[in-house]
Amino acid sequence: MATKTYAGKTIEVNEEGFLVNHEDWTEEMAPMLAEQVGIYELTDEHWKVIRFMRSDFIERGQIPTVRRLKNTGGIPTKDLYRLFPNGPAKKAAMIAGLGKPQGCV
Amino acid sequence: MKKLLILGGGTAGTMMVNKLAPVLPRDEWQITIVDQHETHYYQPGFLFIPFGIYNRNDVIKPKRGFFPPGVEVIISPIELIEADKNRVKLSNGKMLSYDYMIIATGSDIAPEETEGLMGDEWQKSIFDFYSVDGAVALANFLKYWEGGKMVVNIVEMPIKCPVAPLEFVFLADWWFTEKGIRDKVEIEYVTPLPGAFTKPTAAKFLGQFLEKKNISLVSEFSTGSVDSEAKKIISWDEREVDYDLLVTIPTNMGAEVIGRSGLGDDLNFIPTDPHTLQSKEHENIFVIGDATDLPSSKAGSVAHFEADVLYENFLRIIDGRPLLPKFDGHANCFIESGFGKGILIDFNYDVEPLPGKYPLPGVGPFSLLEETRMNHWGKMMFRWVYWNLLLKGAELPIEAEMNIAGKVMAS
Repeated sequence: MATKTYAGKTIEVNEEGFLVNHEDWTEEMAPMLAEQVGIYELTDEHWKVIRFMRSDFIERGQIPTVRRLKNTGGIPTKDLYRLFPNGPAKKAAMIAGLGKPQGCV
Repeated sequence: MKKLLILGGGTAGTMMVNKLAPVLPRDEWQITIVDQHETHYYQPGFLFIPFGIYNRNDVIKPKRGFFPPGVEVIISPIELIEADKNRVKLSNGKMLSYDYMIIATGSDIAPEETEGLMGDEWQKSIFDFYSVDGAVALANFLKYWEGGKMVVNIVEMPIKCPVAPLEFVFLADWWFTEKGIRDKVEIEYVTPLPGAFTKPTAAKFLGQFLEKKNISLVSEFSTGSVDSEAKKIISWDEREVDYDLLVTIPTNMGAEVIGRSGLGDDLNFIPTDPHTLQSKEHENIFVIGDATDLPSSKAGSVAHFEADVLYENFLRIIDGRPLLPKFDGHANCFIESGFGKGILIDFNYDVEPLPGKYPLPGVGPFSLLEETRMNHWGKMMFRWVYWNLLLKGAELPIEAEMNIAGKVMAS
């Protein structure tokens, strides 16, 4: 398993760079994780998504989908695609220190 | 008397009632099955209707003909499932209580979820083929269509039978060729996935077919809205694809009653143990077929393999035995590829579709991940198998658990 150092902490990541253990995540790591997916500034709007993703994941044990982010998180889908272009669920999950959202078959 | 209640008399519910009714003693068990419709649809047949291969009568039969004797059949919509009270309220107010329940309420298209899809142009220049009415309307349209740009668009995943949209474009290529207007039709396949299909090996294999058949692919396109006046679909990140004819695969959702009853996720699919098929919330509820939230394909073959596992686990739970985590996500799909040929894929949660022979290792008669005439015949024969064997819960010569024998592993 590969490791990476973010904000002075060495943590395990998978081959695509997703954190292996979400408990390793700290807020300080988020900007560095964001750079990995081409997002160079985290605004309050980004943080609203990241915080919802983490609290919902911790509560339910599942990474929220785009639809859940809209229905329960109150984040319009259009905003989500603006904030995290090309695959918002995947990118936001990466920055929030969660695993890769389960693809559908 | 103990009560088993089955909600939904489609493919999965009908298979379960036919498997369980003969083995649960009639003096100990009362079995009730509830469905809102009288008619059973052979859903794999919808694909063939737009091209005049099947018509409406080829894909429908009365449901009652498939329920075994001694089972109480109720045709009624369901108002509410009160799982904490072990009872179900029907729309006429009648209450049904149960000791165990199997939920098989399926999934359906929800075109109203996408802005602009169901306006004035619905069934004029925008069609679906996931409903029998949609498929028939599209058949009537295509009969007289003189050509233009046909866009086949998957709005979002997951969808029922994820290979059907591909089969649709393959058949369309064949059909327009037969009609002599293929040179007047541009076919474009627009999908939210990164490629032609979900699993990488199959995506690559099937992608070659798109290319060979001169069907263009637009990938990673998450449809946000449809401008039916300007005839274009618009993605959430504001890319646009224009069309003359839009064949849409709308958002698929579980039954509304699941949402109303607080049993589902955001798409009304029920959180289900992926290996035992027990509801994650309620020990005396099992879920089967399209109604689950499992990361397996929503398809009849999956429901069939699930039925074998659920049958065994149901008999175990009533005997007080622990459940077996035997369901492996097994799916098996014939993919009609046009010109009298077909492709067969076989896969599960963990193992991608591999080449080889099926169901007898080394023998076949079907070839996996390969385009053959025999695979096409398998698909056409399947309608008979479905009505005469599958729904009746008969043993088919294929195992519920995926078999790796006869398959060629990638080096």
